[in-house]
Amino acid sequence: MSNGTEAEYEVTHGRPQAFYENFDRKGELQHQTHYCPGCGHGIVHKMLAQAIDELGIQNRTILVSPVGCSVFAYYYFDVGNVQGAHGRAPAVATAVKRSHPQSIVVSYQGDGDLSAIGSAEILHAANRGENITVIFVNNAIYSMTGGQAAPTTLLGQVSTTTPAGRNAANEGYPLHVSELLATLEAPVYIERVGLGDNRQVAQAQRAVRRAVENQVRGLGFSLVEVLSPCPTIWKMSPVDAQHWVRDVMEKTFPLAVLRDRTKDVQPKAAPATGPALEEIPRILGVTDEGEAEPSDAQAKGGVDLQVRVAGFGGQGVLLLGEVLAEAGLHAGLEVSWLPSYGPEMRSGTSNCHVRLAREPIDSPLVAHPDVLVAMNEPSLHKFCASVRPGGWIFYNGETVPEECERKDVHILARPFMHVADELGDGRAGNMVILGALLEATATLPQASVDAALGQLVKSPRWLTLDERALARGRELLRESLQEVCHEG
Amino acid sequence: MRRQLMKGNEAIVKSAILSGCRAFYGYPITPASEITEAAAQYLPQVGGVFLQAESEVAAINMLYGAASAGVRVMTASSGPGISLMQEGISYMAGAELPCVIADITRGGPGLGNIAAEQSDYHQVVKGGGHGNYHTLVLAPHSVQEMADLTALAFELADRYRNPVVVMADGFIGQMMEPVEFPQTATEPHLPKWAVAGTEESRGNLISSIYLEPDKLEAHVRQLEAKYYVAQQREARAEEWRTEGAEIVLVGYGIVARILKAVAAEAQAEGLKVGVLRPITLYPFPGLQFQKLAERARVFVVVEMSNGQMLEDVRLALNGVRPVEFLSRFGGNVPSHGEVLELVRKLARQTLPAPQPERESVAHV
Repeated sequence: MSNGTEAEYEVTHGRPQAFYENFDRKGELQHQTHYCPGCGHGIVHKMLAQAIDELGIQNRTILVSPVGCSVFAYYYFDVGNVQGAHGRAPAVATAVKRSHPQSIVVSYQGDGDLSAIGSAEILHAANRGENITVIFVNNAIYSMTGGQAAPTTLLGQVSTTTPAGRNAANEGYPLHVSELLATLEAPVYIERVGLGDNRQVAQAQRAVRRAVENQVRGLGFSLVEVLSPCPTIWKMSPVDAQHWVRDVMEKTFPLAVLRDRTKDVQPKAAPATGPALEEIPRILGVTDEGEAEPSDAQAKGGVDLQVRVAGFGGQGVLLLGEVLAEAGLHAGLEVSWLPSYGPEMRSGTSNCHVRLAREPIDSPLVAHPDVLVAMNEPSLHKFCASVRPGGWIFYNGETVPEECERKDVHILARPFMHVADELGDGRAGNMVILGALLEATATLPQASVDAALGQLVKSPRWLTLDERALARGRELLRESLQEVCHEG
Repeated sequence: MRRQLMKGNEAIVKSAILSGCRAFYGYPITPASEITEAAAQYLPQVGGVFLQAESEVAAINMLYGAASAGVRVMTASSGPGISLMQEGISYMAGAELPCVIADITRGGPGLGNIAAEQSDYHQVVKGGGHGNYHTLVLAPHSVQEMADLTALAFELADRYRNPVVVMADGFIGQMMEPVEFPQTATEPHLPKWAVAGTEESRGNLISSIYLEPDKLEAHVRQLEAKYYVAQQREARAEEWRTEGAEIVLVGYGIVARILKAVAAEAQAEGLKVGVLRPITLYPFPGLQFQKLAERARVFVVVEMSNGQMLEDVRLALNGVRPVEFLSRFGGNVPSHGEVLELVRKLARQTLPAPQPERESVAHV
């Protein structure tokens, strides 16, 4: 258009501001789009751009481009742009929106992208009610890659991968994504529109605008499915393609408002702002405050205690180890606690490695323990041979099976769970054993054990019970030593 | 400073938040789930976002979205989940987006098992996704390092605009050790390139598309230049009692802990043994291998895989010293005893004397 003619006309439907004037990101032909003549994308792009203009949200808008013919939507929209992986635009859009709730995030996708490879992402974004807008352009075919079948391809429709026409027996039926999503609770607005004639186009325009406006109002998830012509791949003239949308496609995909809860829902509240930066270490519980006073109860002398605790799940194997490690830390030692978390954890047995040492601990794995706590017979069998000579075995049972007897280690075999049962609850059996262990090794001051127990056992009832159990364990050990002396 | 007994998996999350991480998108998997659980507990309390995604594929693409928006973001997973994330990792490397991924490794291939293994090395260190890219990879061997290297990971991710993986075996994730944290939190900041839904950021585009061959080549050359700088500046390894070592034990993660115990015992027997522990697996600390090769007679790689890091050690040494290999996997751990036995055997053998010709050591 020359300057001379411009003056004679008043421009009433110009280029929306949300489009770039010149498509600089495009390699060539920067004044026109890459879409084919008669393609629906250009029309849908304009509807979206006009909605952005009308709502005054150009600066706030972030467009997520898909993989498919509209992969280069960022060439055209003068908004924030993110280009995502095939089908993942709703996941990308989810995080963009949650990162900047004030932004207006539009996921623009085709039918291959959204209904096939991205079917999980769209389903879950819709189900979470993400406050985003999805523009779903459905042309019943993969166009970008040259005309392969899509989940939305019509029965009997020929594509390069359904050369004899789509056959339900082999490829299933056209997927009705909008109907599917309309079964979910969360979406506020889902409408299928078409570009089949001018009346349909006008309705599509209103739907696109509503879907964006819903987000501006903070209402929640909105999706507009647009039945859209693809003259090139359908091998039709633009006019025939437009008619095919109206006369053929619409029979499989009826135009309808499938969900409209916009009048029923309340705008989502803005997320609460975070705490002051200085508060964060306290929130994470990593500040020095609350640190136990460096007690006089420091472990004395050189220490290198290696412990293996094993038994059934539910016997308190891991807690026994944890109290020991926590008490060691309180007493100023280096400590490590390593659980066997493998398949055993699920199949009922459990064990952990604990080390307490004066020097930094090299390996937290305990292959040859100084102390073995075996809460059941299989554990005793598994580990009894590994105990270092001069070490201890605490076995939760009346007598040690013959094959596990050793002359070179101390063994204390008692029905510890029964002992705990007499104190009030058999589950405190782990603490009876820990008491005996502490008495035998004499490594840790009682104050450190008390501090550890107080930190790990929150229920007052259990704390009292555990304290009694520990004391009883110490008694059992002392009694057993006297027996040895008497026998000696 | 206060030392707290804590699981490695929990230490990662606390360190991440102190480092300015304000978003976590993830999917549960043993043995990494405690990270996701701790993130669920703490991120909402600090004004951040936590979301359990429908899959690892969705989770990594949520990282893509959050990173595009300029937020410090992370996820955590293990072998099978990391396999699913490779698509998004490739996209993030291509689009130059920072993020931190914790890989708490388990047994494979396939479903394998949930016990600790080190068989994610290839898919993580060599870039399991498509295209010419690398992730930077940090390998903690203690709970304290889980915290410290997570903080470093966020720094590196921003500095290089690239995904950084903190790769630790299941033991390091699950075990508890004393750990201390900085008492101040890093202020999150919005990078200039981010797409933030503001007037200033309206012109920004996040994309990995370069249609023109010359432009894609130039883009990848620029990524390469970035990796070159990282190789010069970021490679790290711990040399543990390597002074005078003739036998150098090489391992990372839990294996390095075992190797230290073995080396200590072997040294007590009078054997000249030290430990070289790669802390960065990419960039690989090749120069430190070459330096030690000047004195050492033999390197012993110990791995809980069938020899994945072994390849990088051989490349670093370029044939100037023999490399022995001891491997256990499937959830089995190289025992103190079997490594020590190998060390004793090597010490008994008549080994070739160190060659005087230094030129043979490759210089990068």
